[in-house]
Amino acid sequence: MMVDFNSVDFLPWLVPVGPLLAFLIISLATNRAKPEPASSLVYGGFRPPYGDLGVPVATSWSRILSITVGISGVVMSLLVSWRLVFTATATKDFGEVVFGSSVDWLSLGSLPAFQMGVLVDPLNSAMLFMVPLAVLCIFIYSIGYMAHDPRQSRFFALISLFAGAMLTLVVADNLLLLFVGWEVMGLCSYLLIGFWYEKDTAYKAAIKAFTTTRVADVLMLLGIAYLYAETGTLSFREILYNPAVLEALAGKEALLFGGFGLSAAGLIGIFLVIGTIGKSAQFPLHLWLPDAMQGPTPVSAMIHAAAMVSAGIYAILRMYPVFAAGGDPHHGIFTAPLLLMAVVGAFTALFAATMAVAQNDVKAVLAYSTISQLGFMMAALGIGAYIAAAFHLITHAFFKALLFMASGSVIHAMEHGEHHAHEHHAPAHGIGGGADPHDAHSHDAHAEHGHDAHHDAHDSHAFDPQDMRNMGGLDKKIPVTYWTFLAGGLSLAGFPLITAGFWSKDEILADAWLGTTEGFGPHALVFVMLAVAAFMTAFYTMRQIGLTFKGEARTEPAQHAGLGGQYDIISQTMQLPLIILTPFALFAGFVGVPKDFPIFGSIFASEHNPFKYFVIESLHPVLHFEAPAFNWFPVLVSFAVALGGIYLGYRMYWVKPLKAGEEDPMIKILGGDLYTTLQRRYYMDELYVLLFVQPSQWISRQVNEFVDKGIIDSVLHGIARFFTWVGDLTKVLNAWLIDGVGDGIPRWIFQAGGWLRGAQTGKVQQYLLVVLIAAVVIGVIFALTAGAVTAQ
Amino acid sequence: MFPIFGFDAFSVLIFAPALFALLVLLLPSNKWLARIVTLAASLIVGAIAVAVFFTYQQQAPADGGYLVAPAVPWFELIGATWHLGVDGVSAAMVLLTGILTPLAVLVSWEVEDRPKTHLALLLLFETGCMGVFVAMDLMVFFLFYELSLVPMYFLINQWGGPKREYASTKFMIYSIGGTLGMLLATQLIGFSTGTFDIATIAATWPQLAADQPVFLGMSVATVKALAFIGFFVAFCIKVPVWPFHTWLPDAHGEAPTAGSMLLAGVMLKLGAYGFVRLVVPFFPDVWIANIPLLGINVATMFAILAMLGIVLGAFAAYGQNDIKRLVAYSSVNHMGFVAIGLAVMALLYGQAWELAQTGSVLAADAAQNAIIATNGAVLQMFNHGLSSAAMFLLAGGIYHKTHTRDIREYGGLWVKAPVFGAIFIFTSMASLGLPGLNGFVSEFLVVRGAFPVFTVITLISMIGLLFTGNYILKGVRTVLHGPLNMHWKDYNLELERHELVAIAPLMALMLITGLVPNWILTVINSSVTGIFSVFMG
Repeated sequence: MMVDFNSVDFLPWLVPVGPLLAFLIISLATNRAKPEPASSLVYGGFRPPYGDLGVPVATSWSRILSITVGISGVVMSLLVSWRLVFTATATKDFGEVVFGSSVDWLSLGSLPAFQMGVLVDPLNSAMLFMVPLAVLCIFIYSIGYMAHDPRQSRFFALISLFAGAMLTLVVADNLLLLFVGWEVMGLCSYLLIGFWYEKDTAYKAAIKAFTTTRVADVLMLLGIAYLYAETGTLSFREILYNPAVLEALAGKEALLFGGFGLSAAGLIGIFLVIGTIGKSAQFPLHLWLPDAMQGPTPVSAMIHAAAMVSAGIYAILRMYPVFAAGGDPHHGIFTAPLLLMAVVGAFTALFAATMAVAQNDVKAVLAYSTISQLGFMMAALGIGAYIAAAFHLITHAFFKALLFMASGSVIHAMEHGEHHAHEHHAPAHGIGGGADPHDAHSHDAHAEHGHDAHHDAHDSHAFDPQDMRNMGGLDKKIPVTYWTFLAGGLSLAGFPLITAGFWSKDEILADAWLGTTEGFGPHALVFVMLAVAAFMTAFYTMRQIGLTFKGEARTEPAQHAGLGGQYDIISQTMQLPLIILTPFALFAGFVGVPKDFPIFGSIFASEHNPFKYFVIESLHPVLHFEAPAFNWFPVLVSFAVALGGIYLGYRMYWVKPLKAGEEDPMIKILGGDLYTTLQRRYYMDELYVLLFVQPSQWISRQVNEFVDKGIIDSVLHGIARFFTWVGDLTKVLNAWLIDGVGDGIPRWIFQAGGWLRGAQTGKVQQYLLVVLIAAVVIGVIFALTAGAVTAQ
Repeated sequence: MFPIFGFDAFSVLIFAPALFALLVLLLPSNKWLARIVTLAASLIVGAIAVAVFFTYQQQAPADGGYLVAPAVPWFELIGATWHLGVDGVSAAMVLLTGILTPLAVLVSWEVEDRPKTHLALLLLFETGCMGVFVAMDLMVFFLFYELSLVPMYFLINQWGGPKREYASTKFMIYSIGGTLGMLLATQLIGFSTGTFDIATIAATWPQLAADQPVFLGMSVATVKALAFIGFFVAFCIKVPVWPFHTWLPDAHGEAPTAGSMLLAGVMLKLGAYGFVRLVVPFFPDVWIANIPLLGINVATMFAILAMLGIVLGAFAAYGQNDIKRLVAYSSVNHMGFVAIGLAVMALLYGQAWELAQTGSVLAADAAQNAIIATNGAVLQMFNHGLSSAAMFLLAGGIYHKTHTRDIREYGGLWVKAPVFGAIFIFTSMASLGLPGLNGFVSEFLVVRGAFPVFTVITLISMIGLLFTGNYILKGVRTVLHGPLNMHWKDYNLELERHELVAIAPLMALMLITGLVPNWILTVINSSVTGIFSVFMG
């Protein structure tokens, strides 16, 4: 095989190469640190009790090189990806024609080797457009956001690996390579959530994320193994583009659960869906995602938007024909995995939205909204709204990346405000002319927080820069952040017609309504739950923006909040990505306007819905979606829930903004108990500790103490003691006998015996005897029983 | 196979380390001289091992059979011959031994107490392991199998941790106890078949008719069952298969770093190799025989024990507060995957043999399950050798520097030792089976092969895979995360240069095997496929 990277068939290999290389280069070469006293260092707002211990801090040149290498890697991915995307859109019959190539990877038996390869088809073209762009924005943002962090170089190495893993997953042409990217991303999220590993909340959140997703991943692995066993391949094209394989899967009874009427496709599908439930944080495995915001904010954007959780939905989109095999949701025939998705997705969408309503942490609201929005996609997939789900995945990634980075910018502004407030009260503090952060033009990272060093530790920990109750009035302090946040928020709320979120959500509701009118239960369930969830989404988004930006500053840090001057590189690198993403958050929806939508249809979809028409080709031979005829009802519902929620939030939090010392009006409306229950996530963390964590710790102790030391070793020691006793008895007997018979030679024998017995620990012979006797006893039993059978 | 100074390469692999050991012992007492000479010696042997592996890769017979050295008469009285050779499975093991020994030698530079003897014992141990892996004669196999115990016993007993007396004695007695049955079984088989040639026995011994009185008035079935138990128990102890594993945490925990590395990396493989090479081919009829009281066949029982090893091993590891015992229990967990793969191999080999008696063959998908599971098991042996050796290197290194193995006394070490931390995480992830690294490929193959055969057992084993994550994360968390325990603030905890040099090849191999497993799997696969193709017509 000639490798020619000018050919689009080989080009996909290069997509993940840039970030992966960047990871290697940074880890092996450019990540260099020199020791500095820890007293002036802050790890994500946490100051470990190190005193003046010398700890490694990335040097300035190491930061600059690492940033350069990291960004170059992503830019390379972006260029390659977009080249592929644009070639793809210009290719006739793209979908039937795809770009890809593969190599022999694993020889198993005398059959042809397992193929490892890459593929670009319409579905992942859409991802290839979105992912590198969002990732690049996140990288640029990290320059400023992590500028003060002692380990910025390591951070760039890890997010490069993260990006590389996501891109590997996207271009994979088989489920195994997808799983590789999937798990490496899990590792990266673990390392990055726990990036400030000195903080106990951070490493606990990291472990929680890894463990929770691993529950799902081991089952997904089983699903992959099962699929491989059934079909002899894991290649997407060979399985999914092949009606015969799908029919065979759907027609075959499942192992183990076949008695419940489950087909092989059904069981494989359930295993894979469980994988996504973990990765995309769906109920009941959603608990890790809100905690994941313990990581630096760019990581949250990475996890919540561009990579991690999107990967879960992407995997389902990718494998969709397997889930649908044997069913047809458009005609009311649901397979088990589809039903599972519809129910879990719809429930999660609503369930997470209720929790988002009662959160006070600016990032927590977004975290729950992510869970809820992923529920939308999951539910859409469950009812067969394949295109709508894919569409929402893309639009959501844009506006959620925007929102997370904007919220990070809010937090950063608040932290600055806090420093400033302290400066104000205690101008005498500060070492060696610590500069006012507002004037800090220099990008010299470690000096900047220096003035902070002598602050009383209590002060810096008591204040929570992420708590929205401490904010207010930020719209005037950080206008760029405000306007971009508003754009992202309106898109999340589904503000009609001019936001991307509206178009994708509307399409899900339209599909759900179509099924409802035909009397399909799951469609009706999905429609009602998603409509209510959409209403709540609009409401809590407005609550969030109101609390954060509107009214007057409620605390002194909010009074002094700011990102630094206009020319500050930190301020610039943190605002530029927001500005880049805003148009996408608003207008990306126009690529998926239904053809017969009044006015907009004729503008943006003169022939057909472009996004749908493009992506649908991924599954051409196996699935057919008819475009639902335009129906006013779901559109009006979309309008009503979005505008209704926005209006309610506007009335409660914009018109009468919260004042300092005032209680959130939500508490009065919901009642204290319900409010606390929502805020505490229905106490599910506590429940899980009780149900899973404590029992597993108990079992571990029992396995050690009771099984291994208690039973197995006790039996060994017990037999050993028995033989010691027999030995002692013999010795006594001998002594008595020998004493009776006489001295001389017998005494020598006795002494020899004593010497033998005392050799080493005195237990050698005992053990030997134990094992011998045991072996003989077991042997005789086995011989008799097994012999009896083979003789028959 | 290529000759070296007129001797065949296999004999050189066996005798060179022993002769070098002798040389090291005779050296003047200068620890650096001993270190350098031992390292050079182990590198020479390692190079020969690598050459053997690649020679096999190039010259392997199409059916994946043996490359042999001419047999030399030896113990003619009882029919044993000095008969050596390698196939794909043993070539992989020879390679593993050849790679790990120099690294263990390098790491044991930390030993200041009687370094010469310590280093010589490592070389002697290599002789034992190489002998097992290249033996094609049952007596030769047995001889070296026993020989490998002796140096390891002294390594633990003389250079071990505080509880070394107990640990080394338990190790020795347990192993000797196991091999006693094996010796008996070897004699039984040799006496019945009149040969000790492994390949001949594999062909003739299962065919002994059950109704024909052979030995000491017992029926053939009883003789076979007895012989089976002799081998089975011996290898179960060595692998170790639950519940024969309790010697392992003690031995690993107390052994010096190099001892732990070789114990986990190579010695456990002797047991698994024994299953592949002897127990499966010799006893196809016994594997598929039902155990009356339990109502399941022997292979299924073996799979259940493997499953218990995976699940309980993971739980036990999770419950440890001693870093070396934690890593030791991870071996129980990981070798459980080897065992479950071997159980699939045994069951389907047995079925294929039974079908062959009536002239039919195993269904193609069943044969594929068997081949994949066996490939997975052998690859897992290799992979576990890499990752467990690396884990013990790191655990031993940190023990050497802090003089404690209690993980509760660590905490936040990453900030003091950034390179150590990164490598610790890398190795932990390889051990955890992160896709992209070596362990995943073999675990996936085992799961893939076992799921259609032992569905429920595999499903339950997944709990063990889940808890693998838990104990690995517990290890990482307690060692690296959290604020630094200020007790260590003046310690140098960073990896030393020789440790870094020793672990670098392991990391490279873990990554390469994870990304391009075919560099070794083609070799394993050809022989594994060959083993099953005997019954495929």
